Amino acid sequence: MKDKKEKRRNSQLLEVWHRLRKNKAAMVGLAIIVLLVFCALFPQAIARYGYDDQMLSRAHIAPCAEFPFGTDNLGRDIFSRVIYGTGISLQIGLISVGIAAAIGIFLGALAGYYGGVLENVIMRGIDILLAIPSILLAISIVAALGTSLTNLMIAVGIGTTPRFARIVRASILSVKDQEYIEASRCVGAGDLRIILSHVIPNCAAPIIVQATMGVANAILSASSLSFIGLGVQPPMPEWGTMLSAGRQYIRDYWYMVAFPGLAIMVTIFAFNLFGDGLRDALDPKLKV
Amino acid sequence: MIRFIGKRLLMMIPVVFGVILVVFTMMYITPGDPARSMLGEAAAEEEVENLREELGLNDPYLVRLGRYIKDMILHGDLGTSYTTKQPVTTEIMTRFPTTFLLASLSVLVAVCIGVPTGILSATKQYSILDNISRVVALLGVSMPNFWMGLMLIIIFSLNLGWLPSSGFYGPSYWILPAVTIGTSSAAVIMRMTRSSMLEVIRQDYIRTALGKGQTQRMVIIKHALKNALIPIITTVGLQFGIVLGGSVMTESIFSVPGIGKLMIDSIKARNYPVVQGGVLLIAIVFSFVNLAVDLLYAYVDPRIKAQYSRKKEKKNGLEAETT
Repeated sequence: MKDKKEKRRNSQLLEVWHRLRKNKAAMVGLAIIVLLVFCALFPQAIARYGYDDQMLSRAHIAPCAEFPFGTDNLGRDIFSRVIYGTGISLQIGLISVGIAAAIGIFLGALAGYYGGVLENVIMRGIDILLAIPSILLAISIVAALGTSLTNLMIAVGIGTTPRFARIVRASILSVKDQEYIEASRCVGAGDLRIILSHVIPNCAAPIIVQATMGVANAILSASSLSFIGLGVQPPMPEWGTMLSAGRQYIRDYWYMVAFPGLAIMVTIFAFNLFGDGLRDALDPKLKV
Repeated sequence: MIRFIGKRLLMMIPVVFGVILVVFTMMYITPGDPARSMLGEAAAEEEVENLREELGLNDPYLVRLGRYIKDMILHGDLGTSYTTKQPVTTEIMTRFPTTFLLASLSVLVAVCIGVPTGILSATKQYSILDNISRVVALLGVSMPNFWMGLMLIIIFSLNLGWLPSSGFYGPSYWILPAVTIGTSSAAVIMRMTRSSMLEVIRQDYIRTALGKGQTQRMVIIKHALKNALIPIITTVGLQFGIVLGGSVMTESIFSVPGIGKLMIDSIKARNYPVVQGGVLLIAIVFSFVNLAVDLLYAYVDPRIKAQYSRKKEKKNGLEAETT
């Protein structure tokens, strides 16, 4: 019995995978993401130097074979720093989306499933947070908590929570009156069980898509905050921090700002491509 | 219709109070002593203590919150800037026109690029043009605003010398910041226009209009675009809020003397009253834009207009029944 269930779930996943594989753009996105994850896990395998190896005698070397992205004002290899920065950005992206998803799913599920006063209170709260542009919200939170990597992730996470809560609530509303929910209530399942094993799995598609796109947004917000000096502090090779440090040299050394920004763009591009593809693959309307 | 506007305006009040509560609380828990940072590290402890007393920083949270709200409602007073000693309202209001102009220009740029390319993309689905504009749009969505700003400065100010890189004194100063902010919004609007048009183009009435012998151009403009407008307007409205938020980054890159730059400077200087005022103003403007978007719906779509007035009729009917 269990075997059969397992098999069915597998085949569903397989089906999504098959549809995803036909989408070339999504596959390009996935390939870039895999590459980025590799950079994040094994930066020393690709980078020739450490992220903070300074040598003033080789400061400001333009891109060449030895230093593909050039060197910065302290003689650090920008390519190596960009590679080490991958880990920081992916970590920020994943953890802040994790925070946003956890809080958002919890609030959205409560609001959507129970309705009534609880829903009103939660959704009006969400409305208030949505009235503040998410980057401003994140800036205020970081200002309040103080600048550090952890606070940055919390701020970006809370900044993206409202969108999660809204999506979860909307999809739960469309699921909760279905017959299979009624059926499981009839056989005596409790609310928690219904929510966890029936409602949420059936709302998974939009949540997964939102999470993928959310990683892209989180990385973008985090690098913006670092750029204005409210995020990761130097010498950590976060891309936004690198851009901010290179800004004063922009007149003579364009490569100090060009490559970290390009890294941000490629990363976000990959997550967006993959997210777009996932949305199409998970959409039952496009199944035929 | 007027009733609908009134109702929406009333609904904005709790949101504004909520925003005040959130921002005030955040600034309250922010570590650091504004009195100390105003007087400098060298100031005597007694002086700092006096200033704290004078600014009311020693009062409990609820007293300060109450005072803030009272001053705001009774006098339109949002406090005094710690650094310039000017009223926050003056500080913000002198800078607001700049930010608003920049935001409007950016949205204009975004609409001018986004809508036509979206329409072209949809009418020639899967053509080379469509594929290119889709990839470019996705790149546009993925590009960090501040990086794009820096790249534009490198290319157009430092290398070509065509446009100034900082300040906001006239149209030539407007171009780079507006394009910087507008590009990513243009990409979002293009994607929305494309998908919304694609949905409409497949409808029967489009085929009917074509069958009656109208030119494709007329059908696209008169029939398809009009029916595809609602999601596009929604996106444009949303973009306005995002642009206002994005101006925070862009203004400091181009040294535009607007609210965004003011807020970043204020956060760094722990100038809380200005930060509170700025966030509050942006949130209120954003709410008004959303209201305007809802009203535009009624203008664009007669069905929605009918809905607004039908609700009223229904209500009137109910009232008549009960009395």
